[in-house]
This record gives sequence, C-alpha cells and structure tokens, in this order.
Amino acid sequence: MDFLMGNIWLWGPITAVVIAAVITVNALVSVYLERKVSAWMQNRLGPMENGPQGIFQTLIDAVKLILKEDIIARGIDRPLFKMAPYIVFGASFAVFAVTPLAEGVSPADLDVGVFYVLAISSFVAVGIMMAGWSSNNKWSLYGALRGVAQAVSYEVPLSLAVLTVVMAAGSMSLQTVCVEQGGGFWNWNGLALHKNPFLVGSFLIYFIASLAEVNRTPFDLPEAESELVGGYHTEYSGMRFALFFLAEYANMLAAGILASVLFLGGWQPLLPALDFVPGPLWLFGKAYFFVVLQIWIRMTLPRLRVDQLMYVCWKVLVPGALAMLVLGGLWQLMIKG
Amino acid sequence: MHMESRELFLHGSRVPDTGPDGELMTLNMGPQHPSTHGVLRLELKTDGEEVAHIRPHIGYLHRCFEKYCEKLTPPQIVPYTDRMDYLGSMNNNLGWAVACERMMGLEVPEKVEYMRVIVAELNRIASHLVAIGTFGLDMGALTPYFYCFRDREMILDIFEEICGARLLYNYIWVGGLSHDFLEDTDDKILRFCDHFEKRIDNELNPLLTFNKIFVNRSANVGVMTPEQAWSWGVSGPSLRGSGVDFDLRRDDPYSIYDRFQWKVCVGEGLMGAVGDCWDRHWVKVLEMKESVKIIRQAVASRPKEGDVKEKVPARVKLPAGEIYCRTETPRGELGYYIVSNGGNQPERVKVRPPAFCNLSVIDEISRGALIGDVVAILGSLDIVLGEIDR
Amino acid sequence: MDFAALVQHLRAALPEAVLEEHPEAFSPWILVRREALAELAPLLRDDPALDFNQLMCLSGAHAPGPEGERLWSVLHLYSTRHGHKLGLKVVLDVADPACPSVAGVWATADWHEREAYDMVGITYTGHPDLRRILCPDDWQGHPLRKDYVAPATYNGMPLD
Repeated sequence: MDFLMGNIWLWGPITAVVIAAVITVNALVSVYLERKVSAWMQNRLGPMENGPQGIFQTLIDAVKLILKEDIIARGIDRPLFKMAPYIVFGASFAVFAVTPLAEGVSPADLDVGVFYVLAISSFVAVGIMMAGWSSNNKWSLYGALRGVAQAVSYEVPLSLAVLTVVMAAGSMSLQTVCVEQGGGFWNWNGLALHKNPFLVGSFLIYFIASLAEVNRTPFDLPEAESELVGGYHTEYSGMRFALFFLAEYANMLAAGILASVLFLGGWQPLLPALDFVPGPLWLFGKAYFFVVLQIWIRMTLPRLRVDQLMYVCWKVLVPGALAMLVLGGLWQLMIKG
Repeated sequence: MHMESRELFLHGSRVPDTGPDGELMTLNMGPQHPSTHGVLRLELKTDGEEVAHIRPHIGYLHRCFEKYCEKLTPPQIVPYTDRMDYLGSMNNNLGWAVACERMMGLEVPEKVEYMRVIVAELNRIASHLVAIGTFGLDMGALTPYFYCFRDREMILDIFEEICGARLLYNYIWVGGLSHDFLEDTDDKILRFCDHFEKRIDNELNPLLTFNKIFVNRSANVGVMTPEQAWSWGVSGPSLRGSGVDFDLRRDDPYSIYDRFQWKVCVGEGLMGAVGDCWDRHWVKVLEMKESVKIIRQAVASRPKEGDVKEKVPARVKLPAGEIYCRTETPRGELGYYIVSNGGNQPERVKVRPPAFCNLSVIDEISRGALIGDVVAILGSLDIVLGEIDR
Repeated sequence: MDFAALVQHLRAALPEAVLEEHPEAFSPWILVRREALAELAPLLRDDPALDFNQLMCLSGAHAPGPEGERLWSVLHLYSTRHGHKLGLKVVLDVADPACPSVAGVWATADWHEREAYDMVGITYTGHPDLRRILCPDDWQGHPLRKDYVAPATYNGMPLD
C-alpha cells in the first residue's frame, strides 16, 4: 500500500480514472435523481419505460448524446469553441482530487486543500466565457457574461464562509478539517453551536453561495432557459454538450462534497458507534443529501433577476459572511482562547 | 427578396440604433424562443441587459381566418374560431354564436344559455391556469406549471366527456350546442369546483403568488397606467390589472351573466405599483375564484329539461347588415365585425383579438426593463399567437 | 347619449363631417367624410360629452357595391364613462385608398391600421410606421381584396 501511495506515476492515473468514472456515474445517477425527485414533487411519474422505474433512461440518453452529430456552425471561433468544454470539465474534474474519503485516505491530501478547491473551481468561469464568446451567438454571450459575473461575485462570500471553517480548524487541509469534527454529529461544524455558533451562519451562507457557484436555481441565470434559450451552451451539441452536462452535475456533487466536508463532518459517522460504516459512504450520503436539496430548491423557487442576483451577493451575503468571519474569529480568540 | 424589403426585414425601419450610451445591440427574441409563447419575434434593442425598444413582429401563424370566413357559412366558421385562441376555444365559439344570433334575432333556450356560461367559465379557468403556469415558468418556477396543468386536466376531461374534444371543441353552435351534458357532468363540475378552490389557496398562492422571489421579479415591473391601457386597447385581466373596473360580462352584458352574483376583480397594487406584472397575475388568480362562483350558481339553477339543438336553424343565413359584437374571453375583449349582404357567406369578417391589442403595448411598458423583465412582461400579458395572427 | 343625440352633437360640432347616418343597423354607424376624420377623431376622444376613450376595433374591408369598388375603414368606438358606442365608416375609392390615420389619437389604431393596410391596402396618411403586419414585408397584393388572386410562388417557393 505504501509503495502504491508513494508512487505518483502509478497512483495518479488510477485516481484519475476512478474520479472520471465517479463523475460519469454521478451524472447518470444525478440526472435520474433529478428527474425522479422533480416528478414526485410535481405529481408525475418521470421516466418509466426503460428498465424498472426507468432507471436505464439516463444511460440511454447518454448514449444518444454521444452518438449525436457534433455541429459546429459557421462563424464560430473553432479553437476556443472546441477547447471550452474541456476546460469546464477539467476544472470540475480536478476539484475531486482532494476529496477526503476516510481517515488518512484521499486521492491527494494537500496542505492547502481548501485553497486548491477554490482556485481550481474558478477555472469554470474561464471555460464558460470561452464558450459564450466563441459561439458567435448573442444569447450565448449574455449567458457567459452573466455566468462570469456571477461566479466572480459569489466566490467572495463563498471564500469568506470557508475561511471561517479554516480558522476554526486551524488548517487548510480538508483531511484535518474532517478529523477535527469527529465524535458525533454534535461536533460537526454546521451543527456545533457549542464549538463556534458562527459556523452555522457560515454554513448557510456557504450553501447559498455554492448554489450560485454551480449555477443552480434560483441562481441559474447563465443558462436561464426561459430567458437565454440555453445560455453559454446554446450552440453546443453531441459530445461537447455532454461534457458541459457532466461538468454541471459534477459541480453539484463537488459542492455537496465540500459542504459535507466543511460543515457536516465529511466521512465522519453520525454517531461514533456507527463507524463500522465506511467513510466514503458517509461522505457520499451527505453529498447526495445536498444534491437532493439542490433539486428540491430548483423545483420550488423561481429565478432571480440579474440585478437582484448582485444585490443578494454584495449586500446580503458578503456583509453576512464578513460578520461571521469577524465574530467567529473573536469567538475563537475569546472563548476558546 | 427585394433588397429594400430585405433591409426592412432585418433592421426594421424606425427604431433608432443608438441610445444615450452609444450603439444599441439588436437581439432577436424568437421566432424560436422558449418564452415567446408561440411563434413570435421580438426585436429587442438592448444596451447590455437593458432593453431600450421592443418591436414585435407577428404573422408567423397567420392562417387566413378572415379570408376563409368569406367562403364559409356561419356554422362552418365555428370550428375555425376554435383555432384562434386555442386556449379559450369555448369563449371564441360563444363570441361567434352571440354575434350571429344577434344579427339573426335568434333567442336561444334558457338551458343552453346556462350551459354556455358554465363551459365558458370552465374554459376561462383552464386558460388562466395555462397563463399562470407559463408565467411562472417564464421566471424559472417549474412546479406551479405542473400543478396548474393537473387542475386544467380535470376541466379538459369534463370537456372531453361532453363534446369529445380536449382542445378544439366546436361545442357552442349558432342557436344551440352540439351535445347535451351527460348525467353526471354536473356532479363532476361541482367536484372540480370543490377541489379547485382549495388548490388555489393551499398550493398556488403559497408556492407562486406570494413567493418572495416571484414577487420581487414581478412587482413594479412593466407598470401600465390606465391611460396607456385604454389608449392601446388593452382589455381583459391586463386592463383590470391596471386598476380599471371594467368587464364586458358586466358592463356590456351578453348571454345571461347579469343573473349571477360575482364581482369584477381589479389590481390594487398590493405588492408594488398598480398595473405591474404581479397585479395582472393576481387578477387572474382572483378571476378564477369568481368563475368558480359563477359556475356553482349556474349549475345549481340551470334547467335540466329540453333539447340543446332545438333552436339550431337548419340553414343559417345572416341578414344583410353589419354588426360589431364583443364578448369577454379569458384574454379580454374579443370582437367580431361581421358584414353580411344577406347571402350564405358573410361578406367580411374582421376579428378584434384581445391578445393582438394587449401585445401591441409591450414596447411602451418595457422601456428600460431588463431582458428577464421582458420575459416576465410578455408572460403577464398572456398572449396566444393563434389569435394574434389568426 | 343615444345614437340620435350623438349624431346631433357631432353635426353641431363639425357640420361637414357626417355624411350619412344608419341608426337601423345592428351596430349603428355614421358615414364620415374622409377629409374630416383627422379633425373628428380628437374631438370624439376629448369632448367630455362624447369621451370615446376606447377604440374597440378598426377594420378595413373591400366591398364591391353598386357604385363600384370601394374600400371601407370602419372604426368602432366606446365610451366607458357614458357607455355609448358609435360606428364610423370612411368609404374610399380603390384608386385613391388614402385615409387619415387615427393612431395619434388611439394608440391601438397603430396595429389595426397596419393590418387594414396589409389586408385590403388602405394607405393611412400620418401613420407612424405603416408596414405590413401579418404578411411578410415583401408580399405582393392585398389578400382580402375581392379580386385578389393568390400568387403561385413566393420568392421562388411554390405556394399550394
């Protein structure tokens, strides 16, 4: 095992393949979940035809998407247009590299894990801008501009909320953040009122900001299908569109994983007595809880308008996150000393 | 295409290309766009996200209704009226029947009048449900749409039972109706009313109408003053949303609407300025409740005996002359201007579709709005392209 | 005001404007001299005794009558305050289909006049933007004329 872990040339590709598989399977599962959960909420059945309860429907859709013609319209900036999906997908892909799966087990345990996640996920905005600009379509451009403005703005409250956790844990390593929260759910950052009550506020702010980061309702303005047709990926088809799609669902999962690691103990079991259940199950269970929560919110709320989006970010979330940071820091200094 | 008209087609004629901050961008919303509620093209002149002017381009769904009318007899025209406002077909049928009957001086039996009111009001509810559902959809609220369609489905089931069709009914004929109600239709209608009233208060209003984001998106957006509304010929819920207490069912009565107890709902500016998108939405919600009231009264007091076809003339011939007859459809004032020379076919039929006039005001009320607002305004005006283009 | 009083009022205000009156029609109407319409329309809207604030409908029609080919531009007005209605008809010669526009008085006339222009070919003078509305901009002819023959092709596309 040590030999394996120590050899980056062996370990690296294996991890990459595993993560790619996880992302693909996650997209299938999440799309199915989204269709089923939304159907139940809306008095519908959702997919029913292929397989029991239609479980193969998304697989078939994926095959269809791959087999579709890759249309590149005239007037498109080809190199950028072709590159954009890979950048978006690559960024979402790379985030998973630091996921702590269990005690001492993570694909890469970086000392600056939190920083790495925030930095690498910003690349999505670059890809979105490239896609929107190169498409030579005004709707795509609108989507891209909205997407970039949104990603850049919401990164601020998101990072500030994460900083509160980093301050409480005293480390930027996601593994350490997880270890810190051991001993039962009352020690999880998002629930631990006795540890640092301001983390609960940060949790809320983090969750709202992460919705905007992954372009989910009520912050799905970059693709707002009833306003912008399809937003930045209007002109994409076939495999390239599938990559955007994969990235979107990977982002949802990544946001869920990060939320569970930072605020709900990551791989930590609910109660110490339940630690016979493997850590990855806990982690993914919690992450999918957040995915379902995102779906639920999407089915409940309408979409914000552009100016309201910015209002929420700069006038509500940023001051709130700053207050949590300062108060949380003071608490850390005064009470825990 | 001729060069001149090609130029005209692409760039329009009289909308300036420059705004205070320099050049404006032309953005074509439609004809293929998810929120234009059909095949409509809005030519937006935008400055970033802000819209300076809107020029609607219509006619993509033009099916020569008025031309056909000159070749058909009045009963043959009834199915064509279905296809104008396909969400309120019963009301379109009713308008045509009333116009022809007024010209012919035809009295229809009591029973038919009551049944007409019942189906027309049911259709009004069905149409408002689509309007409200799609209005929510335009703003990204997905679930209310399905709830609205579920309730609409109950109405369509009733219609299917009584006339065999779910969308284009051809039910209200000149002088009568095509079929009588079934034995249990009254019960079904009453059951729907019981079910539906609860749904409005328990589901639709909490989920959509009073949702904070929905209110923020629709209040103070697309404000239309009563003066603008009158000048642009806006009618129906859009007119009442501006606080004008005017409803043809009460103020220019036709059929037997004067026998029922109900009130005209107007926008009061509960969430913002009077006449904003939220008010137009709210009027529709209230109107559905009023329609339920009318339906209950009509079902309770309607005569059950008699044939619905006894007064249908064997040969409908409009006497020479001309009439302008208007009725209140879910979207507003539907007028038929009929010129007849006493022959089998009308000489000229001109339709005044409510959505045609309601859409024409959009440029005036969306100056300075954002692109997201334009979608909301269009949704709140509740247009059906089938009747705009005819 | 009933129809007779309305006509009387109008004749008093603008003696030259009203040519004929038809109280016997299903929707009573008056025949208006074309040249007088531009003057009559603001009066109809702004005179407090008339107060026609709504132009219900504006229709164009092509009517081959006994006196030859004629085009009609028909206005139906309604006053919400007084509750009275009035039909106005302007009869035009096919050779000279110019009619004053009332779009400056009732804004809704804008689109209705465009439709009348498109369908029967009445050219409204003073209209802000007289283009075709239902047919494509380069359509030939006016479909609701009685003598209209549908073209076989449109821009090279066969129409059948």
